[in-house]
Amino acid sequence: MKILISFFLFTLISFPSFSQTQPTVFLNAKIYPISGEPIESGYLLVHSGKIVEVGSMKDFPPGKEEDIIVFDVMRKVIMPGLVDTHSHIGEGDGGDRSSTTHPEVRILDAIDPQSDTFKKAIAGGITTVNVMPGSGHLMSGQTVYLKMRKDPKTINDMLYCNDVLNGICGGLKMANGTNSLGDPPFSGTRSKSASIIRQLFIKAQEYKAKIERANGDFEKMPERNIELETLVQVLEGKRIVQHHTHRADDIMTVLRLKEEFGFKVVLHHVSEGWKVAEQIAAANVPCSIIMIDSPGGKLEAVNLIYKTGVVLEKAGVDVAYHTDDGITDSRFLLRSAAFGVRAGMSEAKSLEALTLAGARMLGLDERIGSLVPGKDADFIILSGEPLSVYTKVEQTWVEGERVFDLSNPDDKKFSIGGYEVFRGDYKEVHNCGDDQ
Amino acid sequence: MIRKIILNACHSHESGNLSRTWIPVFACRKVRFTGMIKGKNSEGNFQSQKIISFILIIIFLFIASLKTHAQIAVYGDTIYTMAGEKIINGVVLIKDRKIEKVGLQNEITVPADYKKVEGKVVTPGLIDAHSVVGLSGIYNYAHDQDQLEKSDAIQPELRAFDAYNMREKLIEFLRDLGITTLHTGHGPGALASGQTMIVKTYGETLKDVIVDSVATVSFTLGSNVSRNYKKPGTRSKGVAMLREEFLKAKDYMDKMKNAKEDKKPSRDLKLETLAKVLSGEIPAMFTVQRATEIMTALRLQQEFGFKLILDGAAESYLLINEIKNAGVPVILHPTMVRNYGDTKNVSLETAATLNTAGIPFALQSGYESYVPKTRIVLFEAAIANANGLSFEDALTTITIDAAKILGIENLVGSIEEGKDADIVLFDGNPFEYTSHVCVVIINGEIVKEECF
Repeated sequence: MKILISFFLFTLISFPSFSQTQPTVFLNAKIYPISGEPIESGYLLVHSGKIVEVGSMKDFPPGKEEDIIVFDVMRKVIMPGLVDTHSHIGEGDGGDRSSTTHPEVRILDAIDPQSDTFKKAIAGGITTVNVMPGSGHLMSGQTVYLKMRKDPKTINDMLYCNDVLNGICGGLKMANGTNSLGDPPFSGTRSKSASIIRQLFIKAQEYKAKIERANGDFEKMPERNIELETLVQVLEGKRIVQHHTHRADDIMTVLRLKEEFGFKVVLHHVSEGWKVAEQIAAANVPCSIIMIDSPGGKLEAVNLIYKTGVVLEKAGVDVAYHTDDGITDSRFLLRSAAFGVRAGMSEAKSLEALTLAGARMLGLDERIGSLVPGKDADFIILSGEPLSVYTKVEQTWVEGERVFDLSNPDDKKFSIGGYEVFRGDYKEVHNCGDDQ
Repeated sequence: MIRKIILNACHSHESGNLSRTWIPVFACRKVRFTGMIKGKNSEGNFQSQKIISFILIIIFLFIASLKTHAQIAVYGDTIYTMAGEKIINGVVLIKDRKIEKVGLQNEITVPADYKKVEGKVVTPGLIDAHSVVGLSGIYNYAHDQDQLEKSDAIQPELRAFDAYNMREKLIEFLRDLGITTLHTGHGPGALASGQTMIVKTYGETLKDVIVDSVATVSFTLGSNVSRNYKKPGTRSKGVAMLREEFLKAKDYMDKMKNAKEDKKPSRDLKLETLAKVLSGEIPAMFTVQRATEIMTALRLQQEFGFKLILDGAAESYLLINEIKNAGVPVILHPTMVRNYGDTKNVSLETAATLNTAGIPFALQSGYESYVPKTRIVLFEAAIANANGLSFEDALTTITIDAAKILGIENLVGSIEEGKDADIVLFDGNPFEYTSHVCVVIINGEIVKEECF
């Protein structure tokens, strides 16, 4: 009985109630499915939190709308909800100053699901976000993949994964370069950074070997170690390393570590990625880019250029854009990709960079990132073309439920800001230098 | 081989758009001349060499003279002059450093020897109404950060041009995005951090770049002052400290004016500067984000009667009547400034609110302590345009209205006959993310000629 009840509770937790019990269709929109060509005038049919059909209005069966809720969104644009591969919203944190490696620390244990910072994300059209601990450690902890579902009360209401106790609900945040340097126990040089990480992964390899040798024999199993268990998940490719890195040589260091230990990794920020685009492509490693208005602010970002996206695209690298919120604001993620296009990236690639590419980098592309039947009904309704400065995110839908509506003043304030709109203290995970 | 190198050097000098006409061209010409003689001499036939060299010199002098008289015709599908209606199919003639003529293409005769440049949209050179670039550099290391001196919270005597680095990489970056005039200098973060200046973003010496060597004294009343200095510890203490200094400066000013020669106080740079603020010679720019800080600045202005510019003003939308009644202009925070700390209550619509209220204002790039190291007013105005401010009103905030607030509207800010030839050409709507800045002209010289 106990098991039954807990199973029931678990089901409730993992599958938040869908208000949308009836099929809903959006008609006459320009649709960017991402997985295929844009549809100039199309429809999107969703039901029970999933996409059922996407197609051209020409193919919309007459009389079909009788049993379903209909929204005529003429002249609007529909695209998948944005996937932010790197954000610090939610006021959570990761490892403390006691060590530079904290693979066992989960940011999901520290996030405030009711934080106003999530409102910025939905106002910006973000429906899935990888919330990360900061870059002040070589390994600051486990990241968490969250869905921006409506009015979450607990972290469980937001998790992408189904099983918080046994599942893998995020990636592993790593960093190199200058942010993670410091006095002991932190590394003081780049070489030391690499050697600390290598030593740790070698330990994890040995731990993994012991488990394999035990072959299920409880007596022979090593003592449980949640640090090494996490790293074993990484070695097995089940948990993706989400790696902060700026300078070209730091990027190459990550690629070297990947080659040595064989983990799955996404390069984040990659300010100098354009210098080693071919090497990144050869290593078959995807990149998630930060778009900053101007270069500099720290040495590693002095060579940051708007062209990184197009250079990587041309080299054949899978490219996404992220907010790194508070570095850039979640409300302006569309803008980041638009700057990619400004510098020469194709529109198709830039829109994919905001959606499906990000989903792939988080290992979530089976369920999100494009508008295809069977995927989660995560999408946004825009007032115009996605990459125009004048375009507004009018509605954000997560799993078939509307979580943001610009026409509602209670929602609109999060899009615009104003007096006491964003309450509480802003959690700053980046060292922003002098306070001026 | 040698000649090739020399020729390349000359070539890059001339067509790299960075020569300052006469002097570098002359230097370059000399190099080229020597190179030619050397090369030809080795083949003998000295007489014909002389003739060829002479002809080359004549040709070169002709080319050099063309370059000296930078005459350009700027064709624009749409020209926003910011002085009256936009011109469709217009042309701007530039002679030497100034704008010679503006009008319709079919009404203006363009002399044949004018260099022709074309753009879909043409605007005046953009003005960043408040920056710290040039004092604050791209690297963000101690050696390139001169915008805030932390030994004392009140140092109005610090001159911006004593620290301004016109070769700073960020200046080039801003210039390439159409920013031709910068109001820059000491940053926010001290009760009085020092002076600011106005510069053009192109030139190699102070003399080249300075438009106004002392534009304002920069004051701050925010909570950040207490984090940068041991004293003051609170906003109220900071205001009391400022009032004391202003009273001292008043006294100093009176004594300097009225006391007999042997009773005059010795010169004091700090009080001298504050006295100039009190007399209205130098405007006081107060960085004030919270409503309480804005009110304090207005109160100080009432007490001491200086020329006030409100800067930042994140919560100005709460005090529209008060600001309007005080008749002071606002240099508004960057539209996309982060919403935390003293700017946590920013709204994307404040620019539109100020505009509707008829309060004169301009947009700024502000101070950034980390990344991005500077914002770009073109992009900040774009977001203001997307949030309630009309296209032309948004453009005004980074051109003519910025010039008016800074008191340089006779020189820059609009495309009008006699003004400095600072012009930007775009390949589309300047505010669209995907448009590009294609040509930038400063003081009649093309300083950028590539779309990005």
